Parts: sequence; structure tokens; C-alpha cells
Amino acid sequence: MSESKSRDLREDPNQMTGAAMIVRALADHGVKHVFGYPGGAVLPIYDEIFQQSEVEHILVRHEQGAGHAAEGYARSTGKPGVVLVTSGPGATNMVTPLTDALMDSIPLVCITGQVPTHLIGNDAFQECDTVGITRPSTKHNWLVRNVNDLAKVLHEAFYVATSGRPGPVVVDVPKDVQFATGTYHPPRKSDVHVSYQPRVKGDAVQIRKAVSLLASAKRPVIYSGGGVINSGTDASKLLRELVDVTGFPITSTLMGLGAYPASGPNWLGMLGMHGTYEANMAMHDCDVMLCVGARFDDRITGRTDAFSPGSKKIHIDIDPSSINKNIRVDVPIIGDAGNVLGDILQVFKAEAKKPDIKTWWQQIATWKARNSLAYKKNNDVILPQFAIQRLFEAVRGRDAYITTEVGQHQMWAAQFFGFEQPHHWMTSGGLGTMGYGLPAAIGVQVAHRDSLVIDIAGDASVQMTMQEMSTAVQYELPIKIFILNNQYMGMVRQWQQLLHGNRLSHSYTEAMPDFVKLAQAYGGVGLQVTKPADLDGAIKEMISVKKPVLFDCRVAALENCFPMIPSGKAHNEMLLPAEANDEATAAAFAGGKALV
Amino acid sequence: MNQPASAYFLEERHDPNETHTLSVLVANEPGVLARVIGLFSGRGYNIESLTVSETESQKHVSRITIVTTGTPMVIQQIKHQLDRMIPVFHVVDMTLTGRSIERELAMVKVRGGGDNRVEALRLADAFRARVIDATTESFVFEITGNSQKISQFIDLMRPLGLVEVSRTGVAAIGRGPEGM
Repeated sequence: MSESKSRDLREDPNQMTGAAMIVRALADHGVKHVFGYPGGAVLPIYDEIFQQSEVEHILVRHEQGAGHAAEGYARSTGKPGVVLVTSGPGATNMVTPLTDALMDSIPLVCITGQVPTHLIGNDAFQECDTVGITRPSTKHNWLVRNVNDLAKVLHEAFYVATSGRPGPVVVDVPKDVQFATGTYHPPRKSDVHVSYQPRVKGDAVQIRKAVSLLASAKRPVIYSGGGVINSGTDASKLLRELVDVTGFPITSTLMGLGAYPASGPNWLGMLGMHGTYEANMAMHDCDVMLCVGARFDDRITGRTDAFSPGSKKIHIDIDPSSINKNIRVDVPIIGDAGNVLGDILQVFKAEAKKPDIKTWWQQIATWKARNSLAYKKNNDVILPQFAIQRLFEAVRGRDAYITTEVGQHQMWAAQFFGFEQPHHWMTSGGLGTMGYGLPAAIGVQVAHRDSLVIDIAGDASVQMTMQEMSTAVQYELPIKIFILNNQYMGMVRQWQQLLHGNRLSHSYTEAMPDFVKLAQAYGGVGLQVTKPADLDGAIKEMISVKKPVLFDCRVAALENCFPMIPSGKAHNEMLLPAEANDEATAAAFAGGKALV
Repeated sequence: MNQPASAYFLEERHDPNETHTLSVLVANEPGVLARVIGLFSGRGYNIESLTVSETESQKHVSRITIVTTGTPMVIQQIKHQLDRMIPVFHVVDMTLTGRSIERELAMVKVRGGGDNRVEALRLADAFRARVIDATTESFVFEITGNSQKISQFIDLMRPLGLVEVSRTGVAAIGRGPEGM
């Protein structure tokens, strides 16, 4: 390099290595935390991270943990979560969280190292076809072969991850591109993406149609989903206002909990397979359904040909491919949930009156009276529902964030924990990833250092990513892992009981670790409780401890999760806990006429 | 409806299938075709025919023409799924617009002598197929037209000594002065 050229390099602050560009771009996009794990193909980036203080790196114990932590971070803040992992196994270990984020529309920017460009396709050490493998698990991905494309791609990555329906993206950067020097440019407002400009504002004609349907409704229901949460806190405010202005009952998907407060007067509880009786019956019998930011998932609809047969359906979604995918709707509105809700409110307030739906509310009250979440009290063993109720009472009024693993405990958490605010509930809905909750709690705690973060866990799920306890201890993240320990994969066992003749094939964990000792081994605190009478005290202690806690809550081993829509059934054919004795359950699930 | 014990509601839909031709304008970037094909295989859609080539080199735009079959709901899904892909500019359902021309090119090799050879030539003439290669015992015909016409021609060649066929798949464009 000539002397004059090297002087130019020093003088132009936008001349830098690819590795430096990555760290610079993260800072330019306001990224404060990156979750990652180093390796050969990302060492230049780690070297840059070492030499700066704007972006803090959180070292996990397994790349999957980094992905879920970033998901928890994103979901609790509304900002994109950022992950940095190496090539090969680093990238393949990220496939689960990427797919999880895709299913639940979580914005993630994942930067993967790649072998040097001249080795790509050579079966080099720790090489894999990262863009090929992650193509169906991401909203979009890029392999950057030229350092001068890197800045543009990084900015595009943040744009794509966070705009429209959010989702995960991968930027794959070969090691030689990280070393190469090129020109960086900061993100510019004027940069318009040539082919991706999702529609935000709803069509005015469709909005009017929707309002006139709402205004003439006799038996309306609002069904909201994760899209309302993703749209931002304003969307939740508007949703609450719409509920107040219309007086309509509202239910929500698993992903949408907290958009409308569980203590609100119009709240029906969650809907779907393990939703409340009143929510599902209201969905089935309604005459007008307003679906906001939800996608008629198969856990929600039950059998589709019997789904809410008599209703006109309005569907607000930012993703046109969500419309008419599972359920044909009458008034589709493509746009951002918050934006469209604002327009609907405005038109409704100007032109419509609160419809009189007193008889509908009376009907709902009779469904509510069935008390579909009831369970038998027990003074000898802790029932998992009871444990979650006590946990909820203990943290009520605090700024508590809840994550979960996947299974029975997840459904009980959704049923028995009342969520008052959006962004306070992190769970793996679409993909159903066991092992999500512990690392997600780490991500949440990194974003909210002083808040109470609790992972409501199952004993099986939590062992899938248990190693991240070590991360929590390293970064002094006082997450609480509240394990409902029944020694079974409870939901698997429940289904084996209901659907597979009670043959409990490999759903019992015969060798369970001592969670108290395990917590201590990691440098955290372990607590165990076996008696209902001791529960409140132990929960209090868990909350007061300023360290990561594994809380081994020994619960009734064979408790099942009700109410439930049996497979192949409609919303109005729920199995309620009071009726779920052995005979009725067998009849509802075993072959013959019950499945007709 | 009887269904086996399952976590999923196993529904059988009996809506009739339709065949649609879709024109898709995409940014000509690496992997874009893999994305489109991956979408079809990943979501279980059918591809009857697929053609792709760069059409505007300065703008790096390629045009993909896909012939697909599915129920009306599935066809609508395919279009929405394509449209939301990041490098896709535009998706047009040529079948729905009803004002499109579809053409396919095929090269058809026929081997034989005597009457068969004469008959093949005669039919080729009737179908406006051109001879683009000839030996004393074979011809290669080039034929252009809609897929039906080409299939018909190939069927006629079969008893006359059909050796092999190479087809391009369907390319489509709208009638009239406007672009897509």
C-alpha cells in the first residue's frame, strides 16, 4: 500500500474493515446488547467488540440460548434482538430460535461468520450452507461476498427484520470479508427498499365496512393476537379504547396476552385448545368477529369447517398471506394493527353508537358460570394451577415479566397468570420450543435489569437449555426459574392418556437431577417446596433472593390441563374439567361416535 | 367425520383444483430462484412449469413464469406468499387477468425413415414446426405455441419415431399496451 493511500485510509472515518463495519452498524442502529458465542469464523468481529464499549456482548453457553435470549429481549422491548455466532455448528444451532422467531414474528438480526469466500463450497472446516439452511427459517437472509456491500446489507437487515410483519434475518459474513477494508455508510432515512414496502395504512373503504358491521353487531367478539403486541404499545392502548367505546367482549391468543388487561371488565380469557369456555363459545356463537393481528392458527380454530359458522369476520393483518389462509373472512384489512385500530376508532366514534348487546353479555355470563378453569383443591400436594395462582398473587402489582417453556405449565401460566401489560409475556407459541423460557428470561433480564423476571418452567423443558444458568450467574441476572416439577413431560403424557390408550411411552423422566444442588453447582440458589402450606413462603424467598434461582416446585404428577377442545372438534364441544372424568374423557377422545 | 387420534384437525378439502399462470418480477440476486422453489416445496404447492431469465439487465430484474395448480384458496395463498418475499417486486396472475398470451418452445427429435419420415415432415409443416437439425435418419423440430399444441405435436410424433423432447416451460405476457 502506498503511503498516500494509507494516509487516506486513516483520514476517511468511513474506511474500515468488515468486522468494524458490523460493530459500527450495530451501534448506529441503537443496539446495546448482542447475544453470542465466538468461534473461528467470527474472531475478527469479536476482536472489534473487545475494543469498544458501545455494544455489550452477552456470552451464552450454547447458540440456541443466544437466539432465545435475543427473542426474549426483542419481545420485552419491542426492539430487534441481535445474535452473533460462528459458522457451521454456530449457525446450525441457531436454526431453532430463528424458526421460533419466524413463527412468532419476532425481529431478530443474526450475524453468522462464514468460512473465507474462496473456501465456500469446499466442505471447509466448520463450513455449512448457512443461507441455504436458514432460508426457510428466516424472513430473509444474505451472504455478503464484497465488503463494500456490507453496510447496505446490514441496514437492509435491520429494516427487513423490524418492518411489516417482523421476523428473523441472517447476514452471513465470510471471514475474508470481515478482514477486508471497504467503505461504510451510516443508515440513511432516504434509503427506500426497492422491493419490500409493506402496507401500513388500512384501506378506507374496508375500514368503513368494518365499522358498519361492528355497529350493527348483536353478538360481537374481538379476537386479538400477537400482531397487536408487535405493533407497539400504542396499538394496545387503541385496542383498549376500542373495547371501551364499543363495549365488546374480547379474547386473545396465547401470543396476544397483555394487550388487553386480564383485570379488564370485558376480558373473556384466552381462546383456543386450552382457552376458556366463554371465550370459545363466544367465538363460536358470535355474529361479528373482529380479528386483530392473529392468524386463525389450528390451535385456535379447532375444526375449521365448524369454526364460528354464523359470523361475519373482519381480519386486520399486516401480512396479506395471513388473510384467507385457514379461514375465509368477509372484510380483510391489510395494515398495521395499531394504525388500522386508530382509523376504525375514529370512524366508529364519528359515525356509530355503542350497540346494545346486553343479551349477549347475559349469554356470556352463563358460559362464564361454568367456571371452566376450576380444579379440585388439595391440601396435601401442590396442584400446578394453584402454584401459578399463588405466584401471580405474590407478584401482583410488580413489574413482572413472565417467560415459559412449552407444555402443560405454559398453558396453565396462560390460564392462571393475569397479564396487565403488553411486552410482559414471552412464550414460544407457533413453534412450541421446549427450552425457550430460561434463555428468554436471560434476554428479558438483560433488557430490564431491575425488574422481576420469572420463567414458569416444566421439569422436562428446562433441562433442554439448563446450561444457560451459567450465563445468568456470570452476568448477575437474577432470573427465577419456577419449575412445575411433575417428573413427566406433562403434555405428552396427557395426550398419551387421552389419545394413545394410556401407554406412557417415554414421557416419564426416571432420572431427575436434584435441582437444588444443580442451582448451587451453577452458583445460583436452589429452593424446593413439596407442601401447599410452604408455597407462599418459598415464593417470597425466591423473589427476595438477588441471584438466579431454580425453584423446584413439586406438583401433582398426574394433573391434566383443561378445559380442552378435543382433536377434530369445534369450539362448542369443549371438554370441561368438571366433566373430564375418565369416562367422559375416554368418550371424547376414543374412536367411535365421539370423533364424528 | 372420523379421524385418527391426532393433535391436528385432519381436514380433507374437496374444492376443485385450478391451473394458474403467475408472472413474478424479482430482483436478480443470488439465491432468488432457490427462494421461490423453496417456497413451493416447503409449503407443498405444485409447480407444473417454471421458466426464469433476466429480462431487464440494468435494473437486475428477472421474470419468473410459474404454472401451478391448486384450490382457489391455495392459489391465493401462493400469490400472497410470493408477494411477501423480500426480493419480489410484483406478482400477476395471468390466468385471472384473462388477457395473456402463453407460449412454450420445444425441440423434438424424431428418428426413422420411409413413410414415417415423410409423415413427420408433413405434420411438422401443419404445426408450423421448423427443422433445425437433420440427418438421413433423423430430424430435430423446433415448435412454438401454447403447451397444449406442443403436447399434441409430441403425441403425434411418438409413433413416428420420437426420441426425445426438450421443452422450455411456459412464458407469458399480457395483451395490450400496458406492462405488468
